[in-house]
Amino acid sequence: MATKMTPQQRMTDIADKTQGSQAWNSIFRPGSIFRKGYSDSPRNRSYVIMNSLLYHLHPVKVKRHAVKVSYTLCLGGLSFFLFILLTITGIFLMFFYRPTEAQAWSDIRNLQTGVAFGMLVRNMHRWGAHLMVLTVFLHMARVFYHGAYKAPREFNWVIGVILLTLTLLLSFTGYLLPWDQLALWAVTVGTNMIGYTPVFGRQTRFVLLGSIEIGTNTLLRWYVLHVLLFPFVIVIFMAIHFWRVRKDGGISGPL
Amino acid sequence: MADIPEHLLKRAEEAKAKAAAKKAAAAGGAPVGEPVAATPNADAEAAASFAEAEASGKIPAHLLARSSAAKAAKAGAGGGAGEEPAAGGGVALLERPGAGAATPSPAGLAQTGGPALVGPAGHTQRLLTVVKAGSIQDVKSTPIDKVSTWPHLLVGEFVASLLCTAFLLVFSTFVRAPLLAQANYNRTPNPSKAPWYFLGLQELLTMFHPMVAGVTIPGMGIFILILAPYTDRNPSNKPEDRKFAIGLFTIFMMFWAVLVVIGSFFRGPGFNFVMPWNKGIFFDF
Ligand code: HEM
Repeated sequence: MATKMTPQQRMTDIADKTQGSQAWNSIFRPGSIFRKGYSDSPRNRSYVIMNSLLYHLHPVKVKRHAVKVSYTLCLGGLSFFLFILLTITGIFLMFFYRPTEAQAWSDIRNLQTGVAFGMLVRNMHRWGAHLMVLTVFLHMARVFYHGAYKAPREFNWVIGVILLTLTLLLSFTGYLLPWDQLALWAVTVGTNMIGYTPVFGRQTRFVLLGSIEIGTNTLLRWYVLHVLLFPFVIVIFMAIHFWRVRKDGGISGPL
Repeated sequence: MADIPEHLLKRAEEAKAKAAAKKAAAAGGAPVGEPVAATPNADAEAAASFAEAEASGKIPAHLLARSSAAKAAKAGAGGGAGEEPAAGGGVALLERPGAGAATPSPAGLAQTGGPALVGPAGHTQRLLTVVKAGSIQDVKSTPIDKVSTWPHLLVGEFVASLLCTAFLLVFSTFVRAPLLAQANYNRTPNPSKAPWYFLGLQELLTMFHPMVAGVTIPGMGIFILILAPYTDRNPSNKPEDRKFAIGLFTIFMMFWAVLVVIGSFFRGPGFNFVMPWNKGIFFDF
């Protein structure tokens, strides 16, 4: 005898059937809170991490002092988060930008005046980039003042120095792209210095500029470096950096 | 479908194992040297030895017994097909005693496609090795005060990222990124400045040969940074023990910060020294 279901019962019925379906269970691992539901218990707290992608970043438990904002000041995490924001806003900018002498500057101007949220996203990308340089520097200082580079974390500090260099390179290659007076002459000052590298100075500068003077070739090169090569490389080094944080026994300290 | 939730099932199972272990302990230790079989007693013994091993960080006693039994069985079989190389000491093979005279090694099994290896309780796995804690991860033996990543760390991270996004959004709504006139090779701005984080180097350019200011000094700077962990031999991380290192690093950072501030705000036309309150600021982000 089929009894009529109330709308509420129907909803729970649909939910039950969905969660029992093969498709649902193929997506969420056994033990995932999306399979079993979540109620607060020590075991379920572990499952949240263990049965999700988060397990690649975090262990199930962390030292109590490491959770306090006053220890890391969130600086490493914020550097990483800013990198993600920059990736998202940067992809948006790429839809409207062509890296040639004739088009670059006017593309940016049109983006600011004629594209919905164009100005806002460009501002976020630029200020976010400056902010990331700052947070990476401050993160380095935090690590130094905590003596967190000492054994067994020496090598992660070295990875960190590489990350700092890559962050500066990312910022500097991006600086040229708007192709305004600020971009052209800041990069002129910067690359003139590179020209003084002993022995290979002129050659290095030529490879970087794609010619003797800054021009369309330079724009294209720096564009590819900025949107593809350096992000690719920095992501690899970030992966090693985070992996080492865990393998070296988690965050250092307490002091 | 009236399925019992997975976590409840697991909990019940654990409770059962615990009760069995207790019973076994009460009945007095089982005779030593008993062949490893799938009696409930052996299971309980295993559970007890696991618990013990967990406490001491050693290889559980019943696993050791199992591996030596397996070794003995193998030696008794008179070198079955495919001699195993004597690999690392921690390798323990699980072979069922009484599985026939010639216990096939894995290699031999693959060749003959031999009988299905099904263990006492229907298990098809075998124990290949026991990895002691500490050999893979850097584990401190002293207990540390820990909290669950969820929610304690993740909530913090989430809030921090929200605040960061909010700040950037509001700031970007009110402050415009600069876009000067289109690049023009024939109109050199005066002064021409590098991005702010390179202004320290540009400042050095006023004092040294360009090779020294643009290549040697920054190169040395990076090199010194990389060497820091290898030159600082002081094992302590307490600020009061590291006055020299902290002082040196502070001077290092202040040196660059001061140069950057001078380069940004105190340099005007011709990169000459100016007071910003007299001549204005010649600086763009
Ligand atoms: C793109 C740049 C960087 C990112 C995204 C990043 C990210 C992180 C994160 C998320 C942590 C975890 C602890 C924390 O948040 O403080 C960390 C730790 C660490 N970082 Fe970085 N980092 C970067 C650059 C650097 C730099 C420039 C250095 C040093 C030169 C460095 C050295 C270290 C060290 C030694 C640790 C371990 C600290 C500890 O155990 O207390 N990192 N990093």
